[in-house]
Amino acid sequence: MAPSTEAVSSPGAFSAPGEVSLSYRPRRGEQVIRVLLAGAAGLSVLTTVGIVVSLLLPALTFFKDVSIFDYLFGGTWDPRISKEFGVWPLINGTLLITGIALAVAIPLGLGTALFLSEYARPRVRRAVKPVIELLAGIPTIVFGYFALTFFTPNLLKDFAGVDVGTFNALAAGIVMGFMVVPTIASVAEDGLSAVPQSLREGAYGLGASKLQVSLRVVLPAALSGVVAAIVLGISRAIGETMIVLVAAGLRPNTGVDPTKGYETMTTYIGATARGDIPTGSLVYKTVFAVGITLFVITLIMNLLSIRFVRRFRQVYE
Amino acid sequence: MSPPPPPPPASAAGAALPAPAGGGIPAARSAERIKDVVFRWLLILCIVASAVLLGTLFYDVIRDGGSKLSLDFLTSQPSRLSTRIDSAGLASALSGTVWLMAVCTAFIVPVGVATAIYLEEYADNTRWYNRLVEVNIQNLAAVPSVVYGLLGLAFLVRGPLSLGRVILAGGLTLGLLVLPVVIIAGREAIRAVPPSIREGSMALGATKWQTIYKQVLPASIPGVATGVILALSRAAGETAPLLIIGAAGFVAFNPDGLLSEFTALPIQIFVWSTDSQDQFKTLAAGGILVLMILIVLMNSVAIWLRNRYEQKW
Repeated sequence: MAPSTEAVSSPGAFSAPGEVSLSYRPRRGEQVIRVLLAGAAGLSVLTTVGIVVSLLLPALTFFKDVSIFDYLFGGTWDPRISKEFGVWPLINGTLLITGIALAVAIPLGLGTALFLSEYARPRVRRAVKPVIELLAGIPTIVFGYFALTFFTPNLLKDFAGVDVGTFNALAAGIVMGFMVVPTIASVAEDGLSAVPQSLREGAYGLGASKLQVSLRVVLPAALSGVVAAIVLGISRAIGETMIVLVAAGLRPNTGVDPTKGYETMTTYIGATARGDIPTGSLVYKTVFAVGITLFVITLIMNLLSIRFVRRFRQVYE
Repeated sequence: MSPPPPPPPASAAGAALPAPAGGGIPAARSAERIKDVVFRWLLILCIVASAVLLGTLFYDVIRDGGSKLSLDFLTSQPSRLSTRIDSAGLASALSGTVWLMAVCTAFIVPVGVATAIYLEEYADNTRWYNRLVEVNIQNLAAVPSVVYGLLGLAFLVRGPLSLGRVILAGGLTLGLLVLPVVIIAGREAIRAVPPSIREGSMALGATKWQTIYKQVLPASIPGVATGVILALSRAAGETAPLLIIGAAGFVAFNPDGLLSEFTALPIQIFVWSTDSQDQFKTLAAGGILVLMILIVLMNSVAIWLRNRYEQKW
């Protein structure tokens, strides 16, 4: 579509067939399209609003029935029988399994990132990247199956001789750690490769070894990227459902013994919110109360991570 | 998916550092060298650990479920009876997943692309509401999938829309969940189209939308398509949100429309792997194999698209 032209006879030397009118003509179509596109972008904000509203409304009615103090500081979680709603056991389970996962994911993820950005030649990178991408693409239900049917009975019990229950925090945590590795590795690698080459060259010029350059120059220079990666990893581990639902059991235990089974915030939601609970019942509301607790915790983690990523982008770009 | 950074000149620098004449204590230098080598192997070990875990996982699943892979397994319906375990299959789950993916695609392609275009081509970054949209999308990408399940339960299945536990509700829940993936990939693809293309188009008299529609979008289709397929492969494996909106019921028929009840591959795998009778584990492993083959196929198409049509400007 050519812009509309008006045939105005031009007295000039150039006898062009027509001349473009430069007068202003509003283009309604363009404006409509702009509004439509902005509407689509607005939908993502609506999604967040929807999440907050759908979690908050049932949660608020829950806190009419149960005091928020009992919820946050009570020590027993038994919503069905004795009706005790202390969320601590769920948080205890979440923290313990997240901790085990991070003990695996942070060293492996950062090691992978350092290797890819500092040590690997392009050809090695091309060989290693698919391993990490494959790991990232595996559905979490598959990790859960693996933890339940292989990691616990074959690796932990038979091979390592650890006396663990069928459902335990150790297997769920370790397998979850591998699930988190790609997240940490890719965000940390972005941060590491944003460190300017001149810093490395300067260090080499002073006679530093590769180890010294990696650990004492590049890693500190990319600290905000590394922190962002770890925080995002924590958020993923806290929010992970299927591995713990399948392999960590549903018993709201407290303590730090990794051979026992634990219930986490996500497993409580996943095991309770099935199609059959009646809308508006107290059990229905507990799911949303735990849901908003989970959402707020991961929201804080995500915002921290976004802030740290922005920092390393600003410093070096 | 940024282009790989320039290779660090390191491989040369580490090994070929000439020993400074007369400087440095030899013992200290060789200790440094040993530490260097040890550290390099430690890093390699990190990657080997991931690879070994992957290998063990594949071994476990193939050992348990390899015997299940057959056409019958794909075409017969699941059964709750352990006596009929040999003839049980995942027909309803497979067709449920296909339906879900169709709904998901119909939702994420228009919405995701439109959002990406708005953010890249129209949005003024100095405005607070545009920055809010950006941070919001980054956060949505990391919201736990159970939370999307709760959103689906409270808004789509019950509450305002009250669709019930049907394909449409499941597909839209998954769509909301993977929308950020599409938006982020779409933005990268659009950003990769150089400004000179836009300027050339504008200079020829095209309007902003004509420029986007006729120049920018066609050039970014491969990137967008890659993002969409990756998003779908993530959606195909998502279990928790579907579980929460109530798809865990026993469904032994193929869905016949958007408002039909359904089950899906990951749900069927979950049901089978948590069954107290161990025989069902074989079925679960078979289901996992089917799901993983599906996901690997989708990812391969995405990688192929990226390599085949990626345009260098």
